[in-house]
Order: sequence, then C-alpha cells, then structure tokens
Amino acid sequence: MPELEGGALRIPAVPVTTVEVTDAAAARARVVSAAWHSLTSFLRRKPLGAIGAVVLLIFVAVAVLAPVLATHDPDLNNHRARIKSPSAQHWFGTDNFGRDIYSRVVYGARISMSVGILATLLGTLVGALAGLCSGFFGGRVDQTVQRIADVMFTIPPLVLAMAIVTMLGPSMVNVTIAIAIPRMPNTNRVIRSAVLGVKESLFVEASRAVGSTSWHIMWRHLLPNITAPYIVVATASLGGAILVEASLSFLGLGVPPPVPSWGRMLSLEGMRYFETAPWMAFAPGVFISAAVFGANLFGDALRDVLDPKLRGQ
Amino acid sequence: MVTYILRRILLMVPTLLGAVTLIFLVMRLLPGDAALYILGSDEASQLNKEALAQVRQELGLDHSLPVQYVQWLWGVVRLDFGTSYWTKQPVIEELAQRYPMTANLAVLSLLLSTVIAVPIGVLSAVKQDTFADYAARIFVITGLSLPNFWLAILIILGLVHYFRWLPPLDYAPFWVDPWLNVKQLVFPAAATGYRLSAISARMTRSSVLEVLRDDYVRTARAKGLHERAVVLKHALRNALLPVITITSVELLILFGGLVVVETVFTIPGIGRFLVDAIIHRDYPSIQALVFVFSVFVVVVNLLVDIIYALLDPRIRYA
Repeated sequence: MPELEGGALRIPAVPVTTVEVTDAAAARARVVSAAWHSLTSFLRRKPLGAIGAVVLLIFVAVAVLAPVLATHDPDLNNHRARIKSPSAQHWFGTDNFGRDIYSRVVYGARISMSVGILATLLGTLVGALAGLCSGFFGGRVDQTVQRIADVMFTIPPLVLAMAIVTMLGPSMVNVTIAIAIPRMPNTNRVIRSAVLGVKESLFVEASRAVGSTSWHIMWRHLLPNITAPYIVVATASLGGAILVEASLSFLGLGVPPPVPSWGRMLSLEGMRYFETAPWMAFAPGVFISAAVFGANLFGDALRDVLDPKLRGQ
Repeated sequence: MVTYILRRILLMVPTLLGAVTLIFLVMRLLPGDAALYILGSDEASQLNKEALAQVRQELGLDHSLPVQYVQWLWGVVRLDFGTSYWTKQPVIEELAQRYPMTANLAVLSLLLSTVIAVPIGVLSAVKQDTFADYAARIFVITGLSLPNFWLAILIILGLVHYFRWLPPLDYAPFWVDPWLNVKQLVFPAAATGYRLSAISARMTRSSVLEVLRDDYVRTARAKGLHERAVVLKHALRNALLPVITITSVELLILFGGLVVVETVFTIPGIGRFLVDAIIHRDYPSIQALVFVFSVFVVVVNLLVDIIYALLDPRIRYA
C-alpha cells in the first residue's frame, strides 16, 4: 500500500487507529534495530572500515577540541625556542619561529576537516543533483549536463582548483568552492547511472501510472534508491578533498594565515629548515596521511558493504 | 577501425572547445580583476587611472566579453597565447621550452607505476587473503593516502640526510644520455608514480579477481594447464583491459602530482611554471597552461580509446 501513497487510487481508510499506532511504534523499533544490526554487522565484517571511521571521528574531535588539546598558542612566536627538537615541553618540537608544532597540527585539523568535509558535501551534492536531473529527464538536459561533465573531466582537479582560487582570492569559502567544483563531474556520473538503473523499474512506472508528478517520483522513489551510491561516492571523495586542500596550502593557495594548516606547514618557506629540523616536516605530513588514510579505509569498507555488485564477495 | 578513430578525433573538437570556454569563464567571469592584481592593489581608487587602463589594454580586458572570448579562441587556434606577464616572452615559447621536461617525467612516472602496479595487483589477487595480499593492500592504501608533496620532501630529506646524495642538477634528454636522464628524474617520478601505482594495483587486483571466476579460466584449469599459464596467459590478458581504461583518471592525478612534485624538486617543467605563473599573476600563462593540461588529457584519452579498441574488437563494432 505505501507504494500507492499520494496516488490517484483511493483506498478506504482502515478503521483501526490503535493498531496503526502500535504498527508505527513497531515499525520505528524495527528501523532502530535494523540500523543497530547493520552497524554491528559493519563493525564485525569490516573492522578496517571501522578503524577508518574511528580515525576520522578522532580528527573531527581534535578539530573541535583544539583549544583544549593544544598546549601552546599555535601562532605565538617565541624566538628563544626556535627550531627545538621534540621535548616534554614541545611534544613535536618547534618551527623556525619558535611556534609549538604540536599545537599547530592540532589547530591545523580544523582547516583540513572543515574544508575537506564541506567541499566534499558541496561538490557531491551539486554533482548528485545534476546527475539526478540528467538521468531522470534525459534528452537535452542529459546531453547538456554530460557534455559539461566531459569538459570538466579534462582539467586536472588540482589545476582547476588552483585556477579558481587564483581568481576568487584565497579565503576559507573560496578554497572550499575551488575544491568542491572539480568533485562534481564524478558524482554526477555515478548518480546518473544509478538513476538510469532505477528509472525503468516497475514501481516508478506504477507511480507514474497513478499520476505522480516528476518531483514526487524523484523525491519518493529515486532518492531512496540513490542514497547508497551517493554515500559511497561522497566518502570516496573525502580523502581526495583533504589531499587537494593540503596541496593548495602547500603551494601557498590555501586558507591564508594566521590559521595554521598542515599543507602550509610543509610549504617551501619551511623547506630549507627541514634538513636540520626534520621534525618540522614530520608531524604535519603524518597528520595529513592519517586523515586521508582514515577516509580511504572508511570509504572502501562502505563501498564493499553498499555496492550490490561487490556484496557477498 | 579507421572510421572509429576518425569519429573519436572529431569528438575531441567539441570537448576541447568546451575546455577553452570553461577556462575563459573561470579566468574572466570570476570576480578578481587581473589588472588590479598586476598593479598590486585591491582598490581601483588608489591607482593611477592611466596605468590601470594601460594594463587593461595590454591584457585585452578593455574589450567586451564576447570580443575577448573570440580573441582568446582565435589565439588558441593560432597557438598564440599572448606574452607572459612575468618572463615577457611569448607564452608559447615558454611552453615549448618546458613541456619536454614534464612529458619526460610524466612518461617515466607512468612506466614506473605500471611496472610496479601490475605484478603487485596480480599477486594480491592470486594470493587473496594471504600475507602477500595484505602487504599489497597496505602498499595500495598507503599510496592513496600519502600526499605526493610530502613524499617528495621525504625522498629529498632521505637522500640528503642518509645518503648525502642529490640528483644531478644538469638535465639531458633521454636520447642523449639515458642514464643521466633517469638518474635525474627517477625520484620525482617515484613521488608522482606511487599514487598512480596504487590506483593501478587496486584496479588490477579487483579485475584479476573477477576474471579468475570466469568460465574460460575454469576451462583452462580443467584442461590441465599450469596455474602460471592460466593466470598469465588467460586471466591477465583480459584483466588488464579495465586497467587501461582508468588511465584517464590516473592522468588527472598525475598532472596534479607533477605540479606539486616539480615544485618540490625545482624541475623547470610546465607544472612548476603554473605555480610560478600563479605567484606572478601571469594570466596569459595560467590560461595557456590550463589549456595545455586539458589538451594532454584529451589526447591521451583518445590514445587510450584507440588502444582499447585495438585490443577489444567488441568496442570497434559497437
């Protein structure tokens, strides 16, 4: 019966309200227990994916709790403590301005996580919307959207992001937009093919037959069916977004100072010190790699679980 | 086959036209006035109006947008990208000087990554869920996680610190002095190639795993072939087809990697030139460079499609 909801067919209301209430409660309980079951089974079947998720959560927590976790002011220059190797006072040592590297990488998580996650969301949501319309409406809309995607696929994401930041100017919002735009075509393709798969299903046809609007079909029938591929492509995209942010910062095109960012800590200005102070190059690189590593592990596991083609392997 | 190739070449034209248009839109429509940047100010009022008008005129920004677009298109067609704002040389000459280095490095990275990736991917699939497989998967996921500029920094630090050795500073083309050429570029190629090899190895693994379940592999085994012959002669040949198709994805990542790695290793290629051009707000060069990168991608995609069609008759006749 739910398939016909909102359709033209009028089914006489069933006069058993109490049963409906218990049904709703039972349904809610079922959903909760199903969610719990899929969570525990994910943890059991994909321990590496669970590790990846935990790593990501830790980085988000570090970003949020940076003021609590940091031992020093990340931007405080201290010329008496320049280029000191790791010690009890400065856990990861200090840089050429005497700034505490541990506190800087802790604060650096803020840029990496927020820009990485926001850019991924922005890029994949816009890309998914384009893919949804492209696949659903077909024809001219499809042609136009796909040709634009073709063109975007010819420019390397980092190069496109560099060009966009150059024109928009470096700021947190602009860097996020610059990283988001190159993520769109890929999501668009994935979602489009998922939509094409679902569009011809019987339940979509049935819904159309009872007079549903396009909007209703997209919202009620297509959206639930493209959620899984969307989650897969979005998590897979996160690691790349963090890397592009780090690369932009490294090249001096990231979020401008004073906010510390991992990529900028490795930039060429610091490089002449790395030979005498290798710890300066160590912590930021390990943090970038660990965050991307967590995102990749989690993304891979989600893909294995959610992609029906891989299920059961 | 000839019709197929011709059709693919014709299809390149609208894609390249689209790329030229996209670059134009990014460079001209996004807020940000090139002339102001070049004069080093964010506010027009502080500036000498004449100087501003002159820079605008030199950049061709005094014309209306459609006129600028046609000028840019006409320039691209004649390979005239204007004069670099930074080096004062015609951009096309700068590109001609620098692109062999980048092409050299790109080819070496791709070769290096393939030579490493294919054996690792095959081993990982054939020995699924053994120690070798886990080691290979760690290799892959590490390669996908390490930022290539950090890898490049670590390589330089490692070479200088522990081996007291720096790559030779002089450059010789491969056909002049192959050994010097490889010595010069093998480390940068490793820094860009690791990520590529991780992508290929992962694709090879899943592709071989899939193929190993196919009927003809069972047939090959059933007729008593040695396992090595089954894997190398029957499975691998078919499994490598999908690996070839991800070259286009790899290229996008490779070119991003080249920009970063050329910067770390101070290699005077077009990647490094892009970074310098951005630092110097050299708009004609930035436009031209983004265009050159996209031409590379389109041309290599064409080559990949042709190779694929040569290898797989189903594509040709589809």
